[in-house]
Amino acid sequence: MYYDIIMTGFGGQGIQTISLILALAAMKKDLEVTYLPSYGVEKRGGRTNVYVTIADQEIGSPISNTPSALLALDLIGLEFYQDMLEKGSLLVANTSLIPEDRIRVKEGVSVLKVRINDQAVAMGNPRLANMITLGCFIGALPVLAYADLEAVIGEVIPERLRETIPDNLRAITRGIEIVKETR
Amino acid sequence: MTVKKLTKGNIALAEGAIQAGCRFYFGYPITPQNDIPEYLAKHLPEVGGTFIPAESEIASINMVLGAGASGERAMTSSSGPGISLMQEGLSYLAGSEIPGLVVNIMRCGPGLGGIAPTQGDYTQAVHGGGHGDYRNIVLAPASVQEMFDLTIKAFELADRYRMVSIILADAMVGQFQEPCRLTPEKPIVMPDKPWALRGRQGRNPQLLKSLYLGPGEQEAHNLDLQKKYAEVQKNEVLCEEKFLDDAEIMIVAFGTPSRIAKTAIRMAREQGIRVGLLRPITLFPFPSEQVRAHSARIGKVLVVEMNTGQMLYDVKIAAHKDAAISFYGRPGGGIPFPNEVLAEIRKALE
Repeated sequence: MYYDIIMTGFGGQGIQTISLILALAAMKKDLEVTYLPSYGVEKRGGRTNVYVTIADQEIGSPISNTPSALLALDLIGLEFYQDMLEKGSLLVANTSLIPEDRIRVKEGVSVLKVRINDQAVAMGNPRLANMITLGCFIGALPVLAYADLEAVIGEVIPERLRETIPDNLRAITRGIEIVKETR
Repeated sequence: MTVKKLTKGNIALAEGAIQAGCRFYFGYPITPQNDIPEYLAKHLPEVGGTFIPAESEIASINMVLGAGASGERAMTSSSGPGISLMQEGLSYLAGSEIPGLVVNIMRCGPGLGGIAPTQGDYTQAVHGGGHGDYRNIVLAPASVQEMFDLTIKAFELADRYRMVSIILADAMVGQFQEPCRLTPEKPIVMPDKPWALRGRQGRNPQLLKSLYLGPGEQEAHNLDLQKKYAEVQKNEVLCEEKFLDDAEIMIVAFGTPSRIAKTAIRMAREQGIRVGLLRPITLFPFPSEQVRAHSARIGKVLVVEMNTGQMLYDVKIAAHKDAAISFYGRPGGGIPFPNEVLAEIRKALE
């Protein structure tokens, strides 16, 4: 296995959190992992682009322009990266913030369109959108299992937000369900 | 089982410095290396160390000189513009044979440039910078684990040869995260430093200096330095040699481009193209002998760098005279992506 994943959106959407959960879960399973959160001038509301590579062999490049998966949480991110997706790769697109007619990927790219923000609101908390995204991702691409994420989520969620963990786990489960319902 | 922690390159380096026994840090902030002083400001005092936010990079390097002269393990870190300011100090450290560690997490240049990853400072680190006929030991990590391990190595080499060690890493290596073992591979041994200036305490007076005005003194000093550099070249070359046995072309790359090359090599081999990698870990001493031997046998060499061709010259000097050498470089924050490297491999094989 060799998965290079790009997650893109704007600061505050929780991309850093879910990418860290993914990276830690992979490490805990003794897989190779590289994790490149964006750095520099980003701040809340600014761009956030994260590269995570997970493999059962030595990882070369920590950055990719032919990713196995793109998680696009907003339109700017989608339009910046969607041309990089080649046949056989996966796009998870947040259609709460991305008009469907703006999704133009090559043939053979598997596209999962989810109104992620609306789904989070339906769960009673708009801040669960990132966890639903994470659930959608592992539901669509079997990189890691739910139990792998559950095992590390406590290391990522800060102490003061500890009571949100059950809701976050429910949101991951919801994401996995959405994939099943969609397919 | 060794415990590994998901660690950022810069943090692994900073923790490596503490574990190597470094107790003095002097520096002035600049992206993309700010995690290093941030970490050391917090953790160096916990082990009795001294952290000084210096007023400039010129001050930083001269504080390293002072601390190093007293026999302590000392360091500074910066990026391109700050490292340029330090060049006079680096020359003085070399001239007075005072060990120290200088970390350059490279950002784009020339000038203030930009904060994206690049390797534009190869020539400055490996071939010069300051005045005079001197060398620095230059180590080029390509993983978070090497940021930790090579920092410890850098202090050991600096002390052994009384030279400055430079860690030369691009911003990608500084900023990305990987699982890392944050314990040394072997116990840290602090060497005796009879030359250090810690107060006379009954011994004969001694001096650390770079000014030699007597007839023939400066030439003799220079020749002594060269003898030392030749010894470093003979003893301390480190490189990774991968997939070279059956290779029809050899990539030479360090730092992030070497990682990218590994992905390109995997892609190439899936398509039946036999590509190997020579990754210099020490840039001085350069693995010239390895480049010569492999290039003589393989015949084709592709140098990949995140600059317009700086290590390329060292490869050309070292390579066998009949080797065909091509180059792919992306300067100013450009990334040589794996599929682009693969295209260059195909071009070189045509």
